[in-house]
Amino acid sequence: MAENSKLLEVKNLTVHYETDEGIVEAVNDISFHIAPGEILGVVGETGAGKTTIARSIMGLLPKPPAHVISGSIQIEGQEMLSDKPESKGFFDFAQKRARSADERRLERIYREIRGKKISMMFQDPMTALNPVLYVGDQIAEVIKIHENVSEAQARERAGEMLELVGIPADRYKEYPHQFSGGMKQRVVIAIALACHPNLIIADEPTTALDVTIQAQILEMLRDLQKKFGTAIMLITHDFGVVAEICDRCMVIYAGEKVEEGTLEDIFDNRVHPYTVGLFDSMPDMYDNSLRLKPIKGLMPNPMDLPSYCSFYDRCSVRCDACKDGAPVLREINRGHFAACSAAAGRGEVE
Amino acid sequence: MPLLEIKNVKKYYSTPRGLLHAVDDVTMNIEKGKTIGIVGESGCGKSTLGKTLIRMEDATAGEIWFDGQEITGMQHHEFRKMRMKMQMIFQDPYSSLDPRMSVYQLIAEPIQTYKLAQGKKDLEEKVFGLMEEVGLAKRLSNSYPHELDGGRRQRIGIARALSLDPEFIVCDEPVSALDVSIQAQILNLLMDLQKDKDLTYMFITHDMSVVKHISDDIAVMYLGQVVEKAGFEELFARPLHPYSKALFSAIPVPSIHNRRERILLKGEITSPVNPKPCCRFAARCPHAEDICRQTEPKLRDMGNGHFCKCHRAGEV
Repeated sequence: MAENSKLLEVKNLTVHYETDEGIVEAVNDISFHIAPGEILGVVGETGAGKTTIARSIMGLLPKPPAHVISGSIQIEGQEMLSDKPESKGFFDFAQKRARSADERRLERIYREIRGKKISMMFQDPMTALNPVLYVGDQIAEVIKIHENVSEAQARERAGEMLELVGIPADRYKEYPHQFSGGMKQRVVIAIALACHPNLIIADEPTTALDVTIQAQILEMLRDLQKKFGTAIMLITHDFGVVAEICDRCMVIYAGEKVEEGTLEDIFDNRVHPYTVGLFDSMPDMYDNSLRLKPIKGLMPNPMDLPSYCSFYDRCSVRCDACKDGAPVLREINRGHFAACSAAAGRGEVE
Repeated sequence: MPLLEIKNVKKYYSTPRGLLHAVDDVTMNIEKGKTIGIVGESGCGKSTLGKTLIRMEDATAGEIWFDGQEITGMQHHEFRKMRMKMQMIFQDPYSSLDPRMSVYQLIAEPIQTYKLAQGKKDLEEKVFGLMEEVGLAKRLSNSYPHELDGGRRQRIGIARALSLDPEFIVCDEPVSALDVSIQAQILNLLMDLQKDKDLTYMFITHDMSVVKHISDDIAVMYLGQVVEKAGFEELFARPLHPYSKALFSAIPVPSIHNRRERILLKGEITSPVNPKPCCRFAARCPHAEDICRQTEPKLRDMGNGHFCKCHRAGEV
C-alpha cells in the first residue's frame, strides 16, 4: 500500500501512567490508521484509554506521569515519537541528553503542525475556551500563528470562520460566557477548522450537549467534512453518534482494540462478546422488552490487567482456551478485525 | 385515587434580569406503582419540578397533594413525617455523597436521623439488608465513595433513598453519568425494586431511550411547561407537539438501517426570564403561525390519554 494513502498511522502504541499506587496500563499495543477524508469512530467506556490515544497523537500527554513505552505514530509519513531509548538509570547522562534533544526536536515539529495539520476538539466547550478573550480573537490566534497574515487579515478570516459555523460575525467581540453550550462548541469547531487541518480529533464533542443541539453539531461536522475533505477521529461512547456520521469504527476495551470494522461489520455482524454486550445493554427505542441485558461485572483495574483476555471475567462465551494468553487480533472478514479467540474460531467455521 | 396530585404548580426565581419561570403551571396526577418520565433539554425545569414536588424547593404557587394531604402549606415538623415517604436519587454519584463517610455510615445516616433503629444490632441488620437489596457486597461497608466506581456509588444513593421505606422516589438523571453497561444494571435494579416494593417513580432524564424503557407515562417539558403528555407507547407512536417530534427525530439510534428524516430545529432554547405570553416554542417552531406568537395555547385533551399544548396539534 502506498505510504501517502494513510493520513495517520498508529502502530503498537503502548502508553503507561506511573503513579504512586502503581503503573496504570492505559493503552496497550494499539494499531490503527485513518485515510484522508475518513471519519473513524472510537468507542469505549470511561477509562478505556480513548482520550489517552487522542492526546498521544496530539503530543499532549502530560509527561510525567505518562510514558510512551513503545510504538510509532506517523502523521503524513512523519514519525512523531522519539526512537531514542529512555535512559536506563540515573547516571546514564549521554542517553538522557540524546533523548531530551530528540524530544525537543519533535516538539518543534508538533508546534508547526498542531492546529494546522491536526487539531483537537475537546469534550467540554465550557472549559476549552479562554473566558477573558473575545471568541473571535481566539480563532484569529490560531490563524496568526500558522499563516503569514496580518492582524487585520486574521480577524477577517476569524469572522468568516464564525459565519461558517453559523454564528453571525458581529458577535466577534463577545466573551464565551455570553454564548450557550451549543454555540461555544461551534466556536471550538471554528478554532479547530481555522487552518483547514487534514485531521481533526474530536474527543466526545457532543456529550455535554442536548440532543437537538447535538443533532445540529453532528450535521455541521458532516457538512464541513464534505466541504473540506477533513478526516475526523471521533471519540465517543454513543453508538448512535457513530451510526450518524462515521465510516469505520473501532471498539476499545481496557486499553486494547477489541474490534474494528466498517459500520456494517460492527452494527450487523459484530463478533466480539464485548461489542455484543454493549449493544445488548442499550435500551432499544423500537423494542419493548422489559429487562436489559447488562454486561456483568466491571472493567478490570488498569493497574492490574490479567495476562489473558482482559474481558475474560465478564465474558459470556468464554472457554478454557481464553485463559491461555492474550487474544490475537484476527481478520474475520476483509477489514473486519476482532481480538477474541472464541469469536475468531466461530468465524472460521462458518 | 392517585398517589400524587399536582395542581398548577409554579416555581419562579427572581434574578437581576427579572422573574425566571423555572416551572410554570404544571398539573398532573401520578398513580401509585407507576413511573412518570419527565424529558426535556437542560434548563427546561425538569429537575426543579422534581425538587419542588418533594419540597426541596418551595413552590411559588399551586397545590401538591400526596396521599390525600396537601403538603405545600405544611409546617416543618408535620412535613418531616411526609418526607420519609418521598425521597430522591441524585444525578451525580460523585458529588452527592459525603467523601468522608464510609458506605456503612452513608446508608445508616438517614435511619439514625429518623431514629428508626432499635439499637446497634438493629441498625446493622437494616444497613446490611439494604446493601444486599441494592447489590452491594458486604465487604464494601467500610469503603469510602472515592474507592468505588460510578455504578456502585449510585447503588449507595439508591440504598439511602430506600432506607426510610418511601412510597415515592424522584430519580433525577440517575444513570446519565454512567457507562451503558453499568447503566443497564442500575435500570434493572430500579425496575426490580419498583416491582418488589410497589414504588412510584418520577424519572427525570434527557435520554429518550432510557425514559421509554422505564416509564408508563411520559411528559415532555419545554421552558418550564409540560407541552405534551401521554402513555409511552402512544407518545412514541404518535407525537403531536412539534417540539416532541423534533426531539424524537434528533435521537441518535444505534442502527444503520432506519435512517429517519431529521427535523433540525433552528436556534436554541430561549430564556425563561420574563417569557412573553405566547407559545414558548413559537420562535423555533417550523409550523408557527400568527396565533402562536400572540396567545398561549392550552394543554388540550387529544383523546387516548394524550395531552398536547399546541394550537396546531392534529393539523400538522
